[in-house]
Amino acid sequence: MTTAQPIIEIEPSTRLGSIVNDFSITVGTPNGSGSQTSNLTILRALFKMGVPVSGKNLFPSNIQGLPTWYTIRVNRDGFLARRDEHEIVVAMNPDSFTQDLSKVQPGGAFFYSDDIRLPITRDDVVLYPMPVKQLVKETDVSPNLKNYIANMVYVGVVAEMLGIDLDKIYQALEFHFKGKQKPIEMNFNLVQKAANWAADHLEKRDPYRIEAMDATRGYIMADGNTAAALGAIYGGVQFAAWYPITPATSLAEALTEYLPTLRKEPETGKNTYAVVQAEDELAAIGMAVGAGWAGLRAMTSTSGPGLSLMVEYVGLAYYAEVPVVIWDVQRVGPSTGLPTRTSQADLTMVYFMGHGDTENVILLPGSAKECFEFGWRAFDLAERLQMPILVLSDLDIGMNQWMTQPFEYPAEPMDRGKVLWEKDLEQLDGKWARYKDVDGDGITYRTIPGNRYPSSAWFARGTGHDEFARYSEGAAEYERNMLRLRKKFETAREYVPKPVIETVEAADIGVVAFGSTESAVQEARYHLAQAGIKADFMRIRAIPFTQEVTDFVRDHEKVYVVEMNRDGQLHQLLSLEYSAQCVKLISLAHLDGLPLTARWIEEAIKAKEAANKPAKEVR
Amino acid sequence: MVDQATHPKVQVNLIGLEKADYRGQPSTLCQGCGHNSISSQIIAACYELNIHPESLLKFSGIGCSSKSPAYFLGRSFGFNGLHGRMPSLATGSMFGDHTLVSLGVSGDGDTASIGMGQFKHVMRRNLPLVYIIENNGVYGLTKGQFSATAETGLTLKGYGTNPYMPVDIAWEAVVGNATFVARSFAGDPKQVKELIKAALSHRGIAVLDIISPCVTFNNTDTSMHSYAWGKDHEVALHELSYVPPMEEILVEYEEGETIDVTMHDGSTVVLKKLGREHNPTDRSRAMAILEEANAKNLLLTGLIYIDTDQPSLLDIYNLTETPLNRLKENQIRPPRETIEKVNAMMF
Repeated sequence: MTTAQPIIEIEPSTRLGSIVNDFSITVGTPNGSGSQTSNLTILRALFKMGVPVSGKNLFPSNIQGLPTWYTIRVNRDGFLARRDEHEIVVAMNPDSFTQDLSKVQPGGAFFYSDDIRLPITRDDVVLYPMPVKQLVKETDVSPNLKNYIANMVYVGVVAEMLGIDLDKIYQALEFHFKGKQKPIEMNFNLVQKAANWAADHLEKRDPYRIEAMDATRGYIMADGNTAAALGAIYGGVQFAAWYPITPATSLAEALTEYLPTLRKEPETGKNTYAVVQAEDELAAIGMAVGAGWAGLRAMTSTSGPGLSLMVEYVGLAYYAEVPVVIWDVQRVGPSTGLPTRTSQADLTMVYFMGHGDTENVILLPGSAKECFEFGWRAFDLAERLQMPILVLSDLDIGMNQWMTQPFEYPAEPMDRGKVLWEKDLEQLDGKWARYKDVDGDGITYRTIPGNRYPSSAWFARGTGHDEFARYSEGAAEYERNMLRLRKKFETAREYVPKPVIETVEAADIGVVAFGSTESAVQEARYHLAQAGIKADFMRIRAIPFTQEVTDFVRDHEKVYVVEMNRDGQLHQLLSLEYSAQCVKLISLAHLDGLPLTARWIEEAIKAKEAANKPAKEVR
Repeated sequence: MVDQATHPKVQVNLIGLEKADYRGQPSTLCQGCGHNSISSQIIAACYELNIHPESLLKFSGIGCSSKSPAYFLGRSFGFNGLHGRMPSLATGSMFGDHTLVSLGVSGDGDTASIGMGQFKHVMRRNLPLVYIIENNGVYGLTKGQFSATAETGLTLKGYGTNPYMPVDIAWEAVVGNATFVARSFAGDPKQVKELIKAALSHRGIAVLDIISPCVTFNNTDTSMHSYAWGKDHEVALHELSYVPPMEEILVEYEEGETIDVTMHDGSTVVLKKLGREHNPTDRSRAMAILEEANAKNLLLTGLIYIDTDQPSLLDIYNLTETPLNRLKENQIRPPRETIEKVNAMMF
C-alpha cells in the first residue's frame, strides 16, 4: 500500500450517514491479558473481508499489568499509517479507562467492560457497555483460561456492531491456533455468544461500518521480522548468533522456526545452518564475524543497546574486511530508552559505527516484503563488498502485522564475491595477496579457512597490515589501505539498492524518507496535493547514496527530509554528502515513540511552506 | 615421504613437512619471554602430530600472548580478534569447516579479566578448541599493571602491592565444566608439548593454564609467576606422554604404575604416576588437588581433569558432512517451489 493515489476501484456502498471502511479502532487492555490474540483476530478478519487494514501494538516494557493499546486502521483508499484520531475505542482496562474515554472522536463509539465502574464524563460519544464477566461466566471454560478468553467478548460485540463477518473471525482463529480445534472452538463460541448478545441488546447508534471489499487480494499479512528471517533463509544464511532483545527477538526466533523445514539436507536430514543463542551481544557479533571470516553467510540481529555492544567487532569486521550481516530492529534510545517503542534514531550511529575512520553500508527496508528481499540481498552485498552490512528495520515494521505483497523468490543467483579456492590458487601458481587491489575497485580477493592449498592462509587482524595481511605500522601502507577502503565504499554505490522515486508533474517540493514511514508520507502527499502542494517522493533504501539520490537532490529546489528521530539523522547524512546544496535540505524530524502520522507530516510541510510563501498561495 | 638419502640434512615428518613449515614470523616479544617457549612447543607438537598447517585455525585476543599466533604456524589461517573475545570468534569460525582443528592463545588479562564471560561460556558449550592461557600475572604491553591472576601481596614496580584475591584459571575451568583442564609451566617444555598434543586430540574445549613468566615486569624470585618460583615449586602430577593413534605404547610400565586415557581419535595419553595418586577423570579430585596446590603454595602441573564423553558443540548441531563453507548455492537456497508454501504460511 504505497501509492499516493487511492488504489480502490470498487467503492463500497455508502449508506446515508454511514462512514464505511475509513476509521481507526483502538483497544485498551492490561498488558499480558492475551489481548494480542483478539486484536490480531479482528485485524485478520478485516483483511479477509478485503478491506485494507493495519494494526499496531503500542505496548509497554512489562510482562503483565501495565496498560497496552492496539490500534487498527481500516482505510478503503489503502492509507494505513497510524492516526492519532480514534473513532472506535474499546476499554477493557480500568487503569486506562478514563484516558481511553477521552480519546474517542466526537461522534465515535466507546465499547467498555461494564464491570468497570468509573464515571462516564462524555455525552458526545456512543456508549456500548459489554457484560464481559457475565458472558465469560456463562461459558464452560476452566477458570484459569477465563481471563485469557475474556477479550473475545469485545471481538464478538465489535464484530456485530461494525459488521465484521463471523466466518472471517473463525478463519482468523483457525490461523492463529494453527488449526487446533479445541482453542478455536472455545474462543469462537464466546465470540459468537457476545455477537448474539450484542444483536439482542445493543442498538447501532454510531455511523461506522465495515463492508466487504476486494482490495486485499494478492496481499499477505506478515511482520518484518519473520519476513527478514525468511529472506535470510532464502539468502542461504548458514550461521546466526543472537541474544534476546526487544524488538529483535522474533527475528531470530523466526529463523529457528523456519530453518528446519526449509534448510535440511534432503538426503540426510542434516543441517546446512546453525543458530546459536549467545551469552550477550558481544559474543553474538564475535561469533557472526568468525563465521563470516570462515566463509559462511553469517548474521546477527539486535536492537540499540545490543548494537552499542557490537561496535568494536563491527569496526574489526570493517578493517579486517569480513562479510557479516547485522539486523538492527530499531527501538527508542538513548540508553534503554523506550524499549518497546519504535524509532529511526540509530542511523548516524550505524553509519559511523566503529572507532577510527569508519563508514558502513546500510540497507533501509520499508515494508515486510522488502525485509524479505534485503534478508537475502544483504548476504550478497556483504560477500561482494567484504564488509559488515547493517540492515535497519524498526519495531513498527519488525513486530507489527503489515499488509504486504507476497515474498518473491530471489531474482538473482547468489553473489559469493571474490573468493579464491584451491583450483584458483593453482592457476595463480599460489601467488596472491589478501589486501591487494587487483581489480581497481577497492575489493580484494580472499581465501577461506579450510582451503588446503599451501599458500592459501592469511592472518586476519585488527592491527595495521600490509597487502599480505602481515602486521605493519608503516605510514604509507596504513594510508594506502585506508584510502582503498574508501574506494571500496565508493564501489558499494553501484551495488546497493536504488531509491524508490515517484514524481508528479511540476512538483513544488521533494520529500525524502526511509523505512516504515512511507505509508504516512504517501498519505500526506495525497492531502498536500489536494491543498495545492505537489510533492515528488524519494524513499532512500541504502547508504551510501546512489546516483539517483544525488540527482533527486540536485533536481529539487526544496527537499524535505522526513524521519522518526529528534536530530534529523538522514538530513545530517544528506547534508554531509551534498554539503554545497545543504540549504535546500529541510529537516522534518519527530520522535515520540509512536509510528509517524500523515497528519504530522502534512502539517509540518504546510507550516514550512506557508512560512516561505505568500499566504494566498497555500490553499 | 622425502627420500632421506638424497636430502640427508632436511628432516621431515610423516606428511613430508619440515619443522620450518610450522614456524611463523620472528617473535617480537622480549628475549626469554615464556610465551616464546610455548610457541616453540606448539610448533614441535604440530610437527610431531603431522598436522597439515592449513587444517589448523589459530585465534587470539589482545595482549602479548595474543600476538604470538603470528610467530608459529605461518601456513595456518589465523584471526587475531578483540580483547577478551577470542572465544566467540573461534566459535563462529569453527562452524565454517568442522574438519579443522583450532588453537587459541590468550593471556591472563585477556581471559581472567575482560574475557571472563566468554571464557566461561566457551567452556560450557564445549567448543573443540585448544585454549592456551599464557599466564604471567601482569599486563605487559601496557607496561606492568597487575592482572587478575596476580597473587595477593605481589609487589610490582610502580603499582605497589596487590590487595586482591587472584583468579585461579584452572579452578575456573574445572568449575566451568571444561572437559579438559591442564596446568603447566613454560619452564617445563616437554610437559607443555605433550599436553598440547593431548589437547589437540581432544574433541571439546581443552584449557591449558600455562604459567609463562614475564621477564620484563614480573620475574622476581618471590613472584608466583616467575621462572625461579616455578622451578622451585613445580610438582608434576604425573609424567605425561602422548601416544598417537595406531602406535604402540613402547615403554613398559608396571601394573598400576600408569593411568591411560583414550582420546576420541584413538590416541592415548599415558600418565605415569609420580609422588601422588591422581585420577584426572575424577572431578572432585581435580578440585581437591587445586585446593591443595593453593594451600601449600605448589605449582601442581599436569592433566588435572578430563572428560572424553561429552559431545562437542559441533556434534550437537548435526551439521552436514560437507563442511558448511563448501556447500553450493543449491544446497543453501531452498528450491523455487517452496516460496509459494512460505507465502501460504503467512495470513
